[in-house]
Amino acid sequence: MLELNSIHARYGAITALRGVSINVSQGELVALLGLNGAGKSTTLGCIAGVLKPWQGDILFDGASIAGKSPEQIARLGISLVPEGRDIFSSLTVDENLRLGGYILKEKAEYHRNLDEIFELFPVLKERFQQPGGTLSGGEQQQLAIARALMSSPRLLMLDEPSLGLAPALVDQIFELIDRLHQRGVTILLVEQNVDRSLEIVDRAYLMNTGRIESQGTPQQLRTHADIEGIYMGVKGQSGK
Amino acid sequence: MINLEFIINTISLGSLYAMLALGLVIIYGILRLVNFAYGELIMVGGYTLYLLASFSPLPWLFIALLAVLVAMFTSLFTELVAFRPVREKSLTAMLVTSFAVSTLLQNGALLIISPRARAVVLPQIFQTSVMIAGTSVPWRNILTILTSLVMLVLLTLLLRHTVLGIALRAAADNFTMTRMLGVPANTVISAAFAISGIMAGLVSIFWISRSATVTPALGAPPLLVAFVATVIGGMRSLTGAVVGGFVYAIVISLLGVLLPPGLLEFREAFMFVFVIIILLFRPQGLISSKTSVERVG
Ligand SMILES: Nc1ncnc2c1ncn2[C@@H]1O[C@H](COP(=O)(O)OP(=O)(O)OP(=O)(O)O)[C@@H](O)[C@H]1O
Ligand SMILES: [Mg+2]
Repeated sequence: MLELNSIHARYGAITALRGVSINVSQGELVALLGLNGAGKSTTLGCIAGVLKPWQGDILFDGASIAGKSPEQIARLGISLVPEGRDIFSSLTVDENLRLGGYILKEKAEYHRNLDEIFELFPVLKERFQQPGGTLSGGEQQQLAIARALMSSPRLLMLDEPSLGLAPALVDQIFELIDRLHQRGVTILLVEQNVDRSLEIVDRAYLMNTGRIESQGTPQQLRTHADIEGIYMGVKGQSGK
Repeated sequence: MINLEFIINTISLGSLYAMLALGLVIIYGILRLVNFAYGELIMVGGYTLYLLASFSPLPWLFIALLAVLVAMFTSLFTELVAFRPVREKSLTAMLVTSFAVSTLLQNGALLIISPRARAVVLPQIFQTSVMIAGTSVPWRNILTILTSLVMLVLLTLLLRHTVLGIALRAAADNFTMTRMLGVPANTVISAAFAISGIMAGLVSIFWISRSATVTPALGAPPLLVAFVATVIGGMRSLTGAVVGGFVYAIVISLLGVLLPPGLLEFREAFMFVFVIIILLFRPQGLISSKTSVERVG
């Protein structure tokens, strides 16, 4: 479904990606793991069209999407929940979700998705008319994921959804990702929380300084030497 | 004298400046661009009024409507041919482009029409007054107030209750994220330029009803007023634009009655001192989008 072929990307003079190749099949839950600055967010940015790779190609359903605009890519069914959530803080929860469903063609689908979202995130129903900026961090994260789900995405990309959340909420978010996966949503997950991620994913990629270091199923990766570095890095940097 | 006449005049001026500031801020909010060609849209509206009122048999209301439409389409056209090609490059490129568009439009008016002022034939209603509570109030002022009220209501309805309006507000908050939801950048930006052009067209009618003449350099004073008003109110907020427009009108009117006659010609200088004082205490302007939830109207 999604295929990155040797993507290179840079910010001005800084090269952030040096030949990243990954693929995600329909219905899969795949994680992209790595230390801070490895290039995970940059990879998602390239897929979402926020950053244009200057070398390599990105295929979605076999067609190239590299260089397309973010709005074109969104219309193909790719949805990104960015690092730091980026909900519209001056817009109400209602308005945030309405824009989430911007690309939907039928009103019926909008209402169907909204009902599902109220089921997944009851708190959003309570806060429906409240400005997004007045929600708590955890509620904002739920809103960001809900907003992405409103568009009935075929590929959902989550950039560190558990970042900055209390342990109980982290559990909830991982349960939610697992549940979405069970329902058949294709997910590309970027996480610092290696343990929790490996519990739920089908496959994972390990990234380091703009390259994919290794990949495999959770069992394969757990026995792999590189994972040690990431564990240590994560433990060292975030004290987990 | 602070009497009813003064109050109505000031509200009318504030309404005019609020529309003026809104047209500038709606583009700034999304592109972070101070559109220096904004004043020239008012000039274009003014020349449309002049040409149609002098050389066509059309009724005035229709002429006014056409002036608004011409300003709107000029605004959309400048976006399409001048701003869109440089948009992805840099903000500086956009700023330089807006200077270029401003100069081109001014020179166009110089060449095609004349460097000299042209008298605009105004309808009767702009020269008559009505008695309210014993004071004579020019119709012009009443029309200005009513027009800006209608525009504020329409704009609020658009921004609160239509998907396009919600997308405009979202884009002012986080443009990239708005695009990632599938909202086309061009749709949002064109809408902003259209609204800006409509505001400029409406302002041109009432601005010219005060002087009854148009010149190629007509756009400079309203651009300055719009800019100062948005700085006072806060560049990031539409409410701020309205507040800034009114504060500007109130202060400039008060200076007009309070300053001794000898200092009246320095009214603008005093105005800038006032602006600097405001900025010393509130660098983000009176309404800052960081601390308050953005609401329009
Ligand atoms: N806007 C930017 N301008 C310049 N360099 C950037 C920018 N964004 C990221 N980089 C650089 O690109 C590299 C990859 O960054 P990226 O954000 O993709 O890392 P990441 O894996 O998501 O890290 P984290 O886990 O901290 O989120 C880093 O070296 C970073 O410094
Ligand atoms: Mg990141």
